[in-house]
Amino acid sequence: MLRTPLYDFHVSCGAKMVDFAGWEMPLLYRGITAEHQQTRSSGSLFDVSHMGRLYITGGDAVTFLNKVLTRNVSAQRVGQVRYSLVCNEAGGALDDVVVGKDAKHWLIICNASNREKIVGHLLAVAASGFDVKIDDRTESTAMVALQGPKVMDELGSLLDLDLRAMPRWGFEHGIHLASTFTIFRSGYTGEDGVEMIVPAKAAAEALKSISTGLCQPNSIIQPAGLGARDTLRLEAAMPLYGHELNEGVDPLSAGLEWAVDLQKDFIGAEAMRRIAKSGPARKLVGLELSGPRIARQGFAVLSEATRVGEVSSGTFGPTVQKSIAMAYVDAGYAGSGTELQVDLRGTIQPARIVPLPFYKRNSK
Amino acid sequence: MPVPQDRRYLQTHEWHKLDGLIVTIGITQFAADELTDITYVKLPSVGQTVKADAPFGEIESVKATADLVSGVSGTVTEVNTGLNTNPAVVNADPYAGGWLIKVKVASAGETAKLLSADDYLKKIGH
Repeated sequence: MLRTPLYDFHVSCGAKMVDFAGWEMPLLYRGITAEHQQTRSSGSLFDVSHMGRLYITGGDAVTFLNKVLTRNVSAQRVGQVRYSLVCNEAGGALDDVVVGKDAKHWLIICNASNREKIVGHLLAVAASGFDVKIDDRTESTAMVALQGPKVMDELGSLLDLDLRAMPRWGFEHGIHLASTFTIFRSGYTGEDGVEMIVPAKAAAEALKSISTGLCQPNSIIQPAGLGARDTLRLEAAMPLYGHELNEGVDPLSAGLEWAVDLQKDFIGAEAMRRIAKSGPARKLVGLELSGPRIARQGFAVLSEATRVGEVSSGTFGPTVQKSIAMAYVDAGYAGSGTELQVDLRGTIQPARIVPLPFYKRNSK
Repeated sequence: MPVPQDRRYLQTHEWHKLDGLIVTIGITQFAADELTDITYVKLPSVGQTVKADAPFGEIESVKATADLVSGVSGTVTEVNTGLNTNPAVVNADPYAGGWLIKVKVASAGETAKLLSADDYLKKIGH
């Protein structure tokens, strides 16, 4: 199993480690709910080094990326990151990714579980006649996400960067302890924060310097694991590959039309134009269940005993204090306010469609 | 992770503590830790019967839902109703305050066929 450069740190903080897409990752340190609440009220550090970091260079980089990504990168400037999807010809999602641009490269951040597939896909498309080079630096770098309302002030005072001035989805380089790092204002929790990439060798040292007493009970920023990352992203209604997205689901059905440019030509565009014209047959919706029981992936969504959909993710939201789920339901049943039911292993529980996200932070 | 020696276990992580003809059932610390933060426990009512090796309830956490299995047959005499409002007690105190149900069995021998503490630890690879 692969270990991130922060493995020793996780163990020293008492993390419960699990196998995630071939990586030994922290599931939790103190507890999923406690780490969730720490992120919403103060700040958390997540090791996301398992995610793929692919650097793209070459004369055809822009045309290549416009071919493989749903989003148009022509207008993307140096210092910006954008959420996008990589699809197959049928419009099904091969992965959802974050794309950054600096003076020298394009950077694609992909899911750990899809890295091999995406590298293979990119190489195959490149071989069809694009002058591009794809450099997978996942294992020579580390990546952390720092998320929470107190992160920008806390981290900004440590790094020589005015983080508050950095735009949302901004992307910059800096130097800390003689190591170049990349930082961008994005995340997967619904909170403000940044994600940082540092060389693998410098990671442990850099972590120590930005986070003295990180495992202490009163630290402003504390480590959080994959468990909290999942409950946080679910409250914020962000899709998780393997749940809301897979090769049989197109971005339009997933409510991600804002990340798709149907005006340009890309792999999957033709199929998606057809879907856009007729409207998706099923749509991703938010469900609020009555009572504390949780709807899990695969559970049937019913309307008057007729199966009209299936749950993609569910949990008990520690901040919203409700049983929440995302589900794909037939378009005719997808309207906000629709009263449906979920089959919880034989128990039929009422559920109502609510607007997404379940949680939205107060923006200052 | 040590487990109490004064009770018997199922491989599915339920503990059974015999006192006269009353068997108290709960889940082990190992199971509680694996589930992570517990959000809901569905238990039978007093007077209902439970059957050996059959599910008698369900336990849910932010991460997973699992069946609760009884190692003995009998009638439910008491239910830990405090778990309705505070299911997290199962995480914090699985061997005492986080007990689930009490079952009256026909004979004290009902628990004899269950795993000893040491055998349970071996089964779960500890």
